[in-house]
Amino acid sequence: MKLTRADVEHIAQLARLELAPEEIELFREQLSAILEYAARLQELDTEAIPPTAQVIEWRNVMRDDEVRPSLPQDEVLANAPEARDGYFVVPTVLEEHA
Amino acid sequence: MNELCQLTLHEAKALLERGECSAVELTEACLARIEEVEETVRAYITVTPDLALEQARAADEARVRGESAPLLGLPLAIKDVLSTRGVRTTCGSRILENYVPPYDATVVARLRAAGAVMLGKTNTDEFAMGSSTENSAFFTTRNPWDLERVPGGSSGGSAAAVAADECLAALGTDTGGSVRQPAALCGIVGLKPTYGRMSRYGLIAYASSLDQVGTLTKDVRDAALLLEVLAGHDPCDSTAADVPVPAYTAALTGDVRGLRLGVIREWLENPGLDSGVAAAVQQALETLTTLGMEVREVTLPHSDYALPVYYLIAPAEASSNLARYDGVAYGFRAPGADDIWDLFARTRGAGFGAEVKRRIMLGTYALSAGYYDQYYKKAQKVRTLIKQDFDRAFEEVDVVVGPTSPVPAFKIGERVDDPLQMYLADIFTISVNLAGLPGISVPCGFASGLPVGLQFIGKPWDEATLLRVAYAYEQATDWHTRKPAL
Repeated sequence: MKLTRADVEHIAQLARLELAPEEIELFREQLSAILEYAARLQELDTEAIPPTAQVIEWRNVMRDDEVRPSLPQDEVLANAPEARDGYFVVPTVLEEHA
Repeated sequence: MNELCQLTLHEAKALLERGECSAVELTEACLARIEEVEETVRAYITVTPDLALEQARAADEARVRGESAPLLGLPLAIKDVLSTRGVRTTCGSRILENYVPPYDATVVARLRAAGAVMLGKTNTDEFAMGSSTENSAFFTTRNPWDLERVPGGSSGGSAAAVAADECLAALGTDTGGSVRQPAALCGIVGLKPTYGRMSRYGLIAYASSLDQVGTLTKDVRDAALLLEVLAGHDPCDSTAADVPVPAYTAALTGDVRGLRLGVIREWLENPGLDSGVAAAVQQALETLTTLGMEVREVTLPHSDYALPVYYLIAPAEASSNLARYDGVAYGFRAPGADDIWDLFARTRGAGFGAEVKRRIMLGTYALSAGYYDQYYKKAQKVRTLIKQDFDRAFEEVDVVVGPTSPVPAFKIGERVDDPLQMYLADIFTISVNLAGLPGISVPCGFASGLPVGLQFIGKPWDEATLLRVAYAYEQATDWHTRKPAL
């Protein structure tokens, strides 16, 4: 599986990763090699094999929906890059329409 | 060197209980050892001497009051992917360089409740992605047996700290071998319990269907002691199963007569297996036979597929788990963004290192439209086949055995530019995570002067038998008593 630069740019866009031009080329080569290695899985006939998402066969684990103490707001905001009046501050999300 | 730092947990515990040393003396001995060797070993990202001495004093006072707790006054180190309230937790990443968790991981809270003393946070490959600590954003830890070599990874800081006597024991995490492989490379004991045995609440997630907390210790008895304290149900983690936790130290009888041991044929025939490692494992099999174990061959026909399965599933889960690092609620934020989308991309581009980006990219690709069935779903199906191989083997034997790592510690820089070569370091450990089984690495000799690890693998939830076999082997040999000349 040979990836193109456009493939790598598309994946980076999906993953919200800004990559330098040299990273795009490096990842193009390295990811192509890893995917080529992974292609050996296609040797196996798995038509009738169910997928395993996790190994321990539990059903849903339920609990009562009770109100309990949560972390104090100031402690949670203490790690924020920018906070004001109890909110996280971020750059513009939606532009104002004229 | 003050010899107190060389003790195992159970040896130190006995001294404390007899009043022959104090928790403060033990802690000071470890801190002095850190002072002495840390400049060369570099096992810790953060050392917390003041907190450690405060906890040690509190432990000594509690003992005077007549209180007791399983780990009262015993100093340990904690891998820096486990959240510690009020103590910086970096995951070896720039993106969390200044993150201070507002809560403790459940395993950390259990250590505290058991009276343990925390010495600090140990180095790791970034977000536990790696086999050498070379992917740490801060520095590479060195193997105490040979400072030009890696300690293994990702829990390489914890393994090196234990091997260099910079703590009595340490916590690590194991997603594809990250406790067992560094334990093997540093000549100590590394236990990864059954998936679901220990809570992952507060373990900063990498690949959630594989992640499990584990222990790095100087002997098997310490692994049993820690497992007793750390295992069990947790309402904060729905995968921490409500399964009874036996008294593991009681399983250490030394008697393994009549137990059936399966030797994994495909692993011993693997062309990548170092001849020195193979010889040490063969010698161990002879020892196990003389102990009265019934040794036979078992086969895991899908062994060769474990690596590609892991390197599709783990990155896929990582790409989802690491979506939370966006520069908004915590962690690093890149400057100069024009809008929110630009903020996300710049923050993640500048905050993550190369291996983390590589796995996020790989995982995003494997999950993306048009490739999901071909890669991710296919890998999940082959995961079923790998688990079935083990299920069949365990119909015939009680425990299986093989090498932990195909090679002893490799040189720093030797594999770092070739991700596939680095991934091959995990070839014998990852299938155990894919199948969710408990595994333990114990020292079984040396190859070219470097430690070799023997890996035992048990049935789900049967850590008791696993520890029993590992203990009997350990007691019949003296590899675990060897110390590096630092």
